[in-house]
Amino acid sequence: MALLEISGLGISFGGLNAVSDFNLVIDQGHLYGLIGPNGAGKTTIFNMLTGVYKPIYGKIILDGEEITGKNPEFINKAGIARTFQNIRLFDNMTVLDNVKAGLHNRIRYGMLTGVLRIPPYSVREKEMNEEALSILKIFDLEEKKDLKASQLPYGQQRKLEIARALATNPKLLLLDEPAAGMNPNETEELMKTVRNVRDKFGIAILLIEHDMKFVMGICEKITVLDYGKIIAEGDPASVRHNPKVITAYLGGNE
Amino acid sequence: MKTAGIKSIQKATKDNLIAFGIVIVFYIVVQVMSACGVLTSSFSGQLIPVCAYAIMAVSLNLTVGILGELSLGHAGFMSVGAFTGVLVFTNLTPALPSAAAMVLALAAGALAAGVCGLLIGIPVLRLSGDYLAIVTLAFGEIIKNLLNAMYLGVDAAGLHVSFKDAGSMNLASDGKVLINGALGITGIKKESTFTLGIVLLIITLAVILNLIHSRSGRAIMAIRDNEIAAESIGIDLTKYKLMAFITSAVFAGVAGVLYALNYSTLVATKFNYNTSIQILVFVVLGGIGNISGSIVAAAVLTVLPEMLRVMKDYRMLIYSIALIVMMIFNQSPAMISWRKRFVSKVKSNHSGKTGGKEVG
Repeated sequence: MALLEISGLGISFGGLNAVSDFNLVIDQGHLYGLIGPNGAGKTTIFNMLTGVYKPIYGKIILDGEEITGKNPEFINKAGIARTFQNIRLFDNMTVLDNVKAGLHNRIRYGMLTGVLRIPPYSVREKEMNEEALSILKIFDLEEKKDLKASQLPYGQQRKLEIARALATNPKLLLLDEPAAGMNPNETEELMKTVRNVRDKFGIAILLIEHDMKFVMGICEKITVLDYGKIIAEGDPASVRHNPKVITAYLGGNE
Repeated sequence: MKTAGIKSIQKATKDNLIAFGIVIVFYIVVQVMSACGVLTSSFSGQLIPVCAYAIMAVSLNLTVGILGELSLGHAGFMSVGAFTGVLVFTNLTPALPSAAAMVLALAAGALAAGVCGLLIGIPVLRLSGDYLAIVTLAFGEIIKNLLNAMYLGVDAAGLHVSFKDAGSMNLASDGKVLINGALGITGIKKESTFTLGIVLLIITLAVILNLIHSRSGRAIMAIRDNEIAAESIGIDLTKYKLMAFITSAVFAGVAGVLYALNYSTLVATKFNYNTSIQILVFVVLGGIGNISGSIVAAAVLTVLPEMLRVMKDYRMLIYSIALIVMMIFNQSPAMISWRKRFVSKVKSNHSGKTGGKEVG
C-alpha cells in the first residue's frame, strides 16, 4: 500500500485556482521531487498537506488514514513533518532545544513532573538530550548545540530545520527548497545528508527544489507543476526531456 | 556525549541559582540590618510590598517574556486574589489558627485568580495577535469597577450582594458587612510577614523556573518564537498558551493575598491600570524573559520612590533618571556588549574558561 495518496486535490483563493486536480502517490522510502516555475503552486500543496490551508477539493490519505483538512498539530502526529521555504526556527532557543522541542510528542512527561522535578524528569530529559544529540550529529551540528538558533549561518539553519522535523519521527518528510541559498559545495553535502536520512530512517521524502542538479541527482521520481496543474511526471531522465517541461521553464511559442 | 547532556541541565540549574541567590542574600541582609537596628520604619514597611511586587513581576514575565503575549491587566488578577484571600482569611481566623487560615487564604486567592485566567484564556488565547492585551486591559478595569461598586454581607441566611448600597442587602441585625462598596474591606488583621513573602517568592521562582526549563517550557517558548513552526512539530498551541497564562494568573493571585494581608484596609482602586503598567515596567526594565532581572527591578523601583521622599520636589526627577539608566544598562547594544566583555574577563581571570550566555 502506498504511504501517501493524494487524489483530486484543489484549492482556490478568490477566483484563482491555485492548485487543481493534483494527484500523487508516494511509496514507503521514496525520494520524490516536486518542481515547477515560481508561483506554480508547490508550496500551496505543502501547506495543504500539512494543514496550514484546508483544501476545497480532493482527498489526502496517509498510511491508510484520511488527513484532509485536519489541523497542523494533528497531521504532524499522524506522521508528516516539514521545513519551510523561509526558515522558521525557534530563534531565541538553543540549537539543542530546537531539536528537543521537536521531540515533544515522542518523549513526554507532564507539567507537574517538570515543575516538581520528580524522577521521570531527569530520566526523560537525559533520553531527550541523547536523542537530540544523535540527530544533530547526522547534520554535523552537535558542536553548535549551545548556540542560539539565530546565531547559526544560513546553511546550518536549513539543516537544523530538517533536524527538528526529523525529531518528530515522521513517516513522510516535506522539504521546501532545502538547498536555497546554499553554495555548490553545501548543496553537494546536503544531497548526501538527505540520502543518508532516507536510508537511515527509512522514511519517504517529498521535496520542492529549484536547483536542478540537486533534484535530478537525488529524486527517484519527479512531478512537474505549472499554473497549479501537473504537466509531467516520471523519472528524472524522462522529465528532463519532456517538451512541455522545457516550455514551462524556458518559455516558447507553439 | 552523555556529559554534554548533563552539562546543559547544569547550566539551567546555574541560571536558577542566581535568581534564588538574589532573594536569599536580600533576606539575610534585611535580617542583619533589622538585628543591628539600622532598618528605618519606612524601609521595613516596604518589605512585604517588595515581595508581592517581585512575585507579580516574575509571574508577568512568564506571560510577556516566555509566552510572548502582552498582558495589561495583571493587577486585575492580583485584585481577585486579594479580595478572595482576605474574605477567606477573615472568616476563618476565629475558628482556625492563623497559619492554617493563611495557607487556605493563599490557596483560595490563587484558585480564584487562576479561574479568571482560564475564563479569559479559553476564548482569547485561541486567537493570534494582540487580542490578549486588549482583553486583559478590559478585565482589569471591569474587576476594579465591579469590586468598587459591590456590597457583600453575610448573616444567618447566607451571603447578600448588592450593587446599590449597604442597606439594600437587607442584612439581619446579626449580619456582618464584608465588602463595603468603595470603602472596600476594613479592619483586616495584618498577618503577612516578610519571611512569608520571601517563602512565597522562592516558591514562585521554583515553579516558574522549573516550568521554563522543562518540556512544557520549551513548548511555550517555541510558540513564542514561531507559532507556525511550533504547530508543525505537533505542539498544542492553546494548551501551552493556557498553561503559561494560568500559571501567571495564579501567582498574581498569591501576590494579591500577601499584599492585602499587610494592610488594615483593602480597596479595589489600588489595583488599577497604573499598577498593571507599573508591573509591566518592572518586567521590561528587568529584561523581558529575564527572571532575576524582574526581581531586582521590582525591588529597586518599589523602594526607590519611598527612599527619595527626602528629596521632596526632585523625587520624581531622580526616579525617572533611574528608569532611564536601568533601561540603558539592560537594553542598549553597547552596554550589552560591554557587560559580555566584562563577564568573560572576570571568567577568564578565574578559570580561563569563557562561555556564551543562555537565554532563560
